[in-house]
Amino acid sequence: MTVSSTNPADKQQGLVARGLREAFFAGLISLGMFSLYIGLKTDQNMRNELVLVTRWGLLATLVILAMIGRFLMIVVVQPRLAARKSAKATAAHGQAEVPGFVARNLTAIAVVALLLFPPVIVSLFGMQGSLKWIDNFGIQILIYVMLAWGLNIVVGLAGLLDLGYVAFYAVGAYSYALLSTYFGLSFWVLLPMAGILAAFWGVILGFPVLRLRGDYLAVVTLAFGEIIRLVLINWVEVTKGTFGVSGIAKASVFGIWSFDVSAPNNFAKAFDLPMSSAYYKIFLFYVILALCAVTAYVSIRLRSMPIGRAWEALREDEIACRSLGINTVTTKLTAFATGAMFGGFAGAFFGARQGFVSPESFVFLESAVILAIVVLGGMGSLVGIAIAAVVMVGGTELLRELTFLKAIFGPDFTPELYRMLIFGLAMVTVMVLKPRGFVGSRQPTAFLHERKAVSGSFTKEGHG
Amino acid sequence: MEYFIQQTVNGITLGSIYGMIAIGYTMVYGIIGMINFAHGDIFMLGAFAALITFLILTAIFTSVTVVVALIVMMAVAILMASLWNWTIERIAYRPLRGSFRLAPLITAIGMSIVLSNFIQVTQGPRNKPIPQLVSQVYDVYGISISLKQILIVVITVVMMTAFWYLVNRTSLGRAQRATEQDRKMAALLGIDVDRTISITFIMGAALAAVAGTMYLMYYGVAVFSDGFTPGVKAFTAAVLGGIGSLPGALLGGLLIGLIESLWSAYFSIDYKDVATFSILAIVLIFKPSGILGRPEIEKV
Amino acid sequence: MNSDVILRVEHVTMRFGGLVAINDLSFDVRRGEITALIGPNGAGKTTVFNCVTGFYRPSMGMISMTQKNGTVCNLERMTDFTINREAKVARTFQNIRLFTGLTVLENLLVAQHNVLMRASGYTVLGLLGFRGYRDASKAAIENARHWLERADLLDRADDPAGDLSYGAQRRLEIARAMCTGPELLCLDEPAAGLNPRESLELNKLLRGILADTGTSLLLIEHDMSVVMEISDHVVVLEYGTKISDGTPDEVKNDPKVIAAYLGVDDEEVDEVLEEITHVTDEAQA
Repeated sequence: MTVSSTNPADKQQGLVARGLREAFFAGLISLGMFSLYIGLKTDQNMRNELVLVTRWGLLATLVILAMIGRFLMIVVVQPRLAARKSAKATAAHGQAEVPGFVARNLTAIAVVALLLFPPVIVSLFGMQGSLKWIDNFGIQILIYVMLAWGLNIVVGLAGLLDLGYVAFYAVGAYSYALLSTYFGLSFWVLLPMAGILAAFWGVILGFPVLRLRGDYLAVVTLAFGEIIRLVLINWVEVTKGTFGVSGIAKASVFGIWSFDVSAPNNFAKAFDLPMSSAYYKIFLFYVILALCAVTAYVSIRLRSMPIGRAWEALREDEIACRSLGINTVTTKLTAFATGAMFGGFAGAFFGARQGFVSPESFVFLESAVILAIVVLGGMGSLVGIAIAAVVMVGGTELLRELTFLKAIFGPDFTPELYRMLIFGLAMVTVMVLKPRGFVGSRQPTAFLHERKAVSGSFTKEGHG
Repeated sequence: MEYFIQQTVNGITLGSIYGMIAIGYTMVYGIIGMINFAHGDIFMLGAFAALITFLILTAIFTSVTVVVALIVMMAVAILMASLWNWTIERIAYRPLRGSFRLAPLITAIGMSIVLSNFIQVTQGPRNKPIPQLVSQVYDVYGISISLKQILIVVITVVMMTAFWYLVNRTSLGRAQRATEQDRKMAALLGIDVDRTISITFIMGAALAAVAGTMYLMYYGVAVFSDGFTPGVKAFTAAVLGGIGSLPGALLGGLLIGLIESLWSAYFSIDYKDVATFSILAIVLIFKPSGILGRPEIEKV
Repeated sequence: MNSDVILRVEHVTMRFGGLVAINDLSFDVRRGEITALIGPNGAGKTTVFNCVTGFYRPSMGMISMTQKNGTVCNLERMTDFTINREAKVARTFQNIRLFTGLTVLENLLVAQHNVLMRASGYTVLGLLGFRGYRDASKAAIENARHWLERADLLDRADDPAGDLSYGAQRRLEIARAMCTGPELLCLDEPAAGLNPRESLELNKLLRGILADTGTSLLLIEHDMSVVMEISDHVVVLEYGTKISDGTPDEVKNDPKVIAAYLGVDDEEVDEVLEEITHVTDEAQA
């Protein structure tokens, strides 16, 4: 080490110089990257020809932002991260830290908060005002929580990479939509049926691909997801193609009260309440909450049962599993089927909530989002996944609400347009910062002396 | 018979484009074992760079020869796509190298979402049509072959030859193959692994950019969502041919192109993608590592 | 000691393309004995193991396993996981294959999968909270505790398997294989990479298994001191063919073995012989 670098002031100066240099490069690169796409815009003129519009001001702003960002990264963020990391390295060891009091009671707190969510929202925003919060935030997030928990069984526990999970969601949704439209069956009959049908499809699709490993499995599941979507688009006689199935029957309170306005046993009429669509949404909120609870209960129970342990063992080492007499074929199939079943339940619920299903809702992006939630949450951790769903889905829903930005950026500014852009950036950022997800450690399913969380560095991610 | 040959020609044209994109998937997979989901969007970025360059050219010069225009478009597209892919590798993939296997897959999917939405935000969501650049059509024994098609096939052959030379005959290619086999050992032997991987991303991007330019010239239109479908098809092609195998990627691309055009011609255009994906599934079931892929030997 | 045959390998040949890994190999493993399979690197020992435990299907020949109750299983016709489940043959791996992200205890519970699966009514009854599964699950933990004690891992029960030292991982793998309740345990180089103390502990564990459970052992080993000390019967392979078969004493005096193992000229054989006797004497002392 030279004498000058031991002097903190000199070190700081060296850091600033490096920051400036890096910022210059960042500026150069971002200038190159953005010049064509931001500096110029292709617009159509009156004769429908493309013309270029220049936006040099915007380009300059972004390049300067990139330079400032890079400079701060080098001079401020990176030294701090390094300091924190070295502090952590001296403190932490193989085991993950013992959770604190709040963390241990997180589940109980979350359940109470969720149960109280609709009444609190209604009292805050009134019946009509609550709609947005309960539907767009509450129900929307819970659907993703349920889907991600379902996919977690396949990806997080069994370690099988499934890029076509949305197919089972679609099977569930269309099962409900079509069977209720054509045969008039009720939601409560069709909900289990949708789950069973999806599980059945899980087995059918799972069976041929069991021999495949790793990314081959990923691409075939992706292909199956696309096949199901394309069939839904093209089998017009049954599915009505891209128009989708509309006017799907609403769910009822176990057949006792209905939410159809014209029905004699309408919920609001039965209780002499003013008519409002909010009752249905509140009811749906509790339905999806119950479905999530079932998913969580089954996932937790299965993990401490032989089948769940076999899934995790399969993720860790398939060959060792076979040497221990575990039938890996049926083990994989049950993982596929169980995951698919929850997708099917969520699909049926989705159909009942929207009253309309179309292939548009089951694109690859949905599979990707669900998978991202599972991985961002920390594979295998239900709590982590729920947090990831709240952050990613809730966060992007919040962007819809940022109408005040119009005041800053002018009336043409539509925050919704930036929703997916920011979603993607968030995905990348979270993953780079926390590659093991929000909850990286694993809770063991049995213990002799004490329950110690297993650090993420020991768990494997499967290769199937 | 003429109809069949006609459709075969169309299939080969399409397949060449898929093949060129597929090389990028297969190279990145070979060297760092990750599916670069954003690669399809790099192809789309390439097409947009070509589109904007074309508009600049027509705005500045009143008349410009097609050959010059195409070359400039391709050069700018290669530059842009390479720069983007290089940057993406640096900020989104490199920090995750050697970490959890699914993490880079998720950042790649995230990047794919970012890229397509970036273009949607900056260039607008509409289709971007350009006038036809090359319009000659030749009649060869009753089969119409357009100059566009010939150009695409010729450029593919030229690019592939150059590429084959690069990978098999230069020290850069040797470094790439060594890194592919054993990254640690390659580093110990003095190969700059980071640089080799960066160059791999640049090479993949360059081919995707050429494919993007060809795609723009062939269909005369570009749109922000163009990355997805050709991307998935090219990825399918890479897997079908045996991921990690360069000739496999081209072969897979050609096969997918042929399946698509022949299925549309003889059966149903609506189900052409269903056919493509089904054939992929069937091939993998019988040959789990693709047509030219090295079979994975189970080490006990 | 009863010496009926538990595993009979008859005329087994295994080809990979043009390469003949095992050529017309026949040998017996007797019940209640420790049989060692030795030979230079690349002699085909692990291939024999993979044939016996169903990871490879031999190109030719028969492998039959006779259980205590008289059932005979033709291993060459069975798929990998049924060999453990039905034929009661368990194995370990040369490059240890533990479930590193699961705890030590969980590793042993996974090994009791089939028993627990039946007890849980193939998950359905267990999910509904039936008593039978809870009892079986307690019994499984007790069984695991027993094997943890034997393997001297009781205090590490709740740690991740990946966190154990190399020697402890080897013992855990053996304990895990024993949790499946095998009649024949195949060990692929159990002493590789162990220090002398760990090696001693391992010998104790293996002898204990033989004495208390009656499980016969078939092992591949490089460490001659281990082989000579604990095995009752030694089979020597070279280039996929058997060159010697007998008691440790018979084998170590077989000039063919010495030549094969050390690749020496005939005149040097005596010298090597002396060396080996010396080594084994030392080990026994």
